[in-house]
Amino acid sequence: MNNDFSILVNLYGLFVILVFICGLYCIMLTKNLIRILIGIEILAKAVTLMVIVAGYVSNHMAVAQTFVITVIIIEVVLVPVVAGLILGIFQKTDTLDVQKIRNLQG
Amino acid sequence: MLSLLLLLPLASVIFLNLPIGKWVRGTALYFALILPIVQISLLLFGNIAPGAIAPFYEKTVKLGLLFDDTSALMLLIIGILVFCSVIVGNFLAESEYSKFKFMNLVILTLLAMNGTVLTSDLFSLYIFIEITAIASFILIAMNKDLFGFEGAFKYVVISTIATLLMLSGIAIVLMVTGESSFSAAKAALQSLDSCHVIKLAIVLFLVGLFLKSGMVPFHGWVPDAYVAAPPAVAILLAGCATKIGGLYSLLRVFDSVFTINFQIQSVLLAVGLISAIIGALGALAQNDMKRLLAYSSISQMGYILLGIGVGTPLGKAGALFHFFNHSILKGLLFTNSSAVENQTKTRDLEKLKGLGSRMPITAVTSVIGSLSTAGIPPLSGFWSKLIILIALWKAGFYTLVLFAALISLLTLSYFLSMQRQLFFGKDSVVWKDVKEADFSLVFPALLLASITVGVGVLFPYIVGSIILPFKGSIL
Amino acid sequence: MTLHIIVLTAFLAFALWAVLARTLIQSTIGLALASASVSIIMFQFDAPWAAVFELSVCTALISVVFVSTISLTNPPPKNEISMLYWDRFKRFAYLPIFLLLGGFLFLTNKIPIDFLAPHIEPEKDFRLVLWNLRHMDLFGQIILLFVGVFGVVVFFKERPKNE
Repeated sequence: MNNDFSILVNLYGLFVILVFICGLYCIMLTKNLIRILIGIEILAKAVTLMVIVAGYVSNHMAVAQTFVITVIIIEVVLVPVVAGLILGIFQKTDTLDVQKIRNLQG
Repeated sequence: MLSLLLLLPLASVIFLNLPIGKWVRGTALYFALILPIVQISLLLFGNIAPGAIAPFYEKTVKLGLLFDDTSALMLLIIGILVFCSVIVGNFLAESEYSKFKFMNLVILTLLAMNGTVLTSDLFSLYIFIEITAIASFILIAMNKDLFGFEGAFKYVVISTIATLLMLSGIAIVLMVTGESSFSAAKAALQSLDSCHVIKLAIVLFLVGLFLKSGMVPFHGWVPDAYVAAPPAVAILLAGCATKIGGLYSLLRVFDSVFTINFQIQSVLLAVGLISAIIGALGALAQNDMKRLLAYSSISQMGYILLGIGVGTPLGKAGALFHFFNHSILKGLLFTNSSAVENQTKTRDLEKLKGLGSRMPITAVTSVIGSLSTAGIPPLSGFWSKLIILIALWKAGFYTLVLFAALISLLTLSYFLSMQRQLFFGKDSVVWKDVKEADFSLVFPALLLASITVGVGVLFPYIVGSIILPFKGSIL
Repeated sequence: MTLHIIVLTAFLAFALWAVLARTLIQSTIGLALASASVSIIMFQFDAPWAAVFELSVCTALISVVFVSTISLTNPPPKNEISMLYWDRFKRFAYLPIFLLLGGFLFLTNKIPIDFLAPHIEPEKDFRLVLWNLRHMDLFGQIILLFVGVFGVVVFFKERPKNE
């Protein structure tokens, strides 16, 4: 049982870390504002997966599902707010390039 | 009685948005002013131990609130700063509709911050930190200008990464212990012998919370967010939102769930010292008033982290007292900067000269704020820095005491140069018809300055009764 | 076990596609498919409520929000696009190196499972846990909905002209 859990957690841990690296890379090296938001979403998916695995291993699946649903609701409120920010930037500067919004030096 | 602090603001927000008629919008200001006053009076004069006076819904709605002296101090800070921010925001709002939205968002931020300090569960702490953060983004970008959008966007990206790292730490704690509330997780973690996975969870929590509170090397977003925010929002943000989300959570998590061992202590002390130094050095080089205040915030928060990192109860008492002082003082300095900006329409320190005779009240309160932050007796900042230095000395970190005293000197130097440039230079003809700011911008400054002076002067009388018992609750 | 590996590889592949895709619409489709694979993993782990939520909200709703945001903004002009592709290739070429490095670092220091599973029998029904034990979370969700509504009102509502 312990060995089985160990293989499972290591396998999922490996993939969660790989997807996390993908998401961080996307946020840091992209030139498009909307792609930064997609990177944030990829990070959130990876962390959601880790919560589910944690719930499975510790046999507390109901609490883990509660966590996951609340995180999804937070995400659902965050995405339109950030989309509103992006649309506001687009209306003011007519571009979505990250390097053009360097007005604040700092 | 304690849950009233959470339910009254929610009821006000619901009432303000009912489709009764247009007159409801005019009452938003009164709700936003009464709620912090109710909060402060409940704290100072009421009896709110949990379970003291249980309202009728306590049997069905079990919120599980936690209340000790640290929470009481945080609630007091939140009440005072929201009150000042509402007064300033009421004056500086652009239209009635914009004022209505500002009041609603401020009440929601008050609600979220109350929830952060009153909760007793790791995951609820995460939820309320996220709600505070989302409300802050909307407040920063409220005027819909380009600076606001940019600052809010940078803040969004970094804050979301930080809270996701914190959530990973919570997931690992769930995996190891199966619990998420503070007391249950602490009991479960102490009954385990040694567990390497918890070290990963501690690292994730530390990185996430350092990102959120603006410690070096993750401090890049702090100046941008503070400069981009409208003046009333900057008071709220600098005084409460970044501190309660970051430093209070650090204190709470590392008190109630994890125990501080030697490695964590050295990390906290190192990061605190580096933040204090780099914040002070950064502030020396700034021309923009708000950016200087932002770097000064980073430096003072490094000081608070030094106090937390010492690990002794005296250090924690000093850190909490400095937390209180710093919130009041940053609120005061940001109010003054918004008064100057409102009257002269610029924040550039090279252009502003000699405003002291034209804006006397602003000048006096600003000087009080600067001297108190730098640690001049008998103002309150001196006492809190002294307690932190004594705690460092008693714990044996003598070189840190030397560095901390040097940083105090640096703080004094940049603040004095800012004050001299701003208020006491030669009278310039450019600003000859600048008048004193309006009552709404001066009254919060007077209030906060009098709190600073009062706490500082009365400190020898209240040290035994109010300040030192803090260490009893956070052992 | 093989089913776990297949779905996990699909998740990683879709996330990589979302990062490396040329157009934003392809990235959005990649994100939706990654959410769908996370939902399948949740079904495998006997978490049906979270899986249904993830499928309906993240796969569908968030993709709709993304597509509407993309359609409200203009793509970059035609003469810049070919220059952008080569630039992107140079930047994102380092990604497989980081992935291999991360995987290698992880496999050499694995996560040890040296803790015991707790013996207490926890509450199994998700609905009872949510509605009886986690009132503070529900309270937070109510506040979150208010904040979301105000966010949308602040950003998307134009000021009425005659006010």
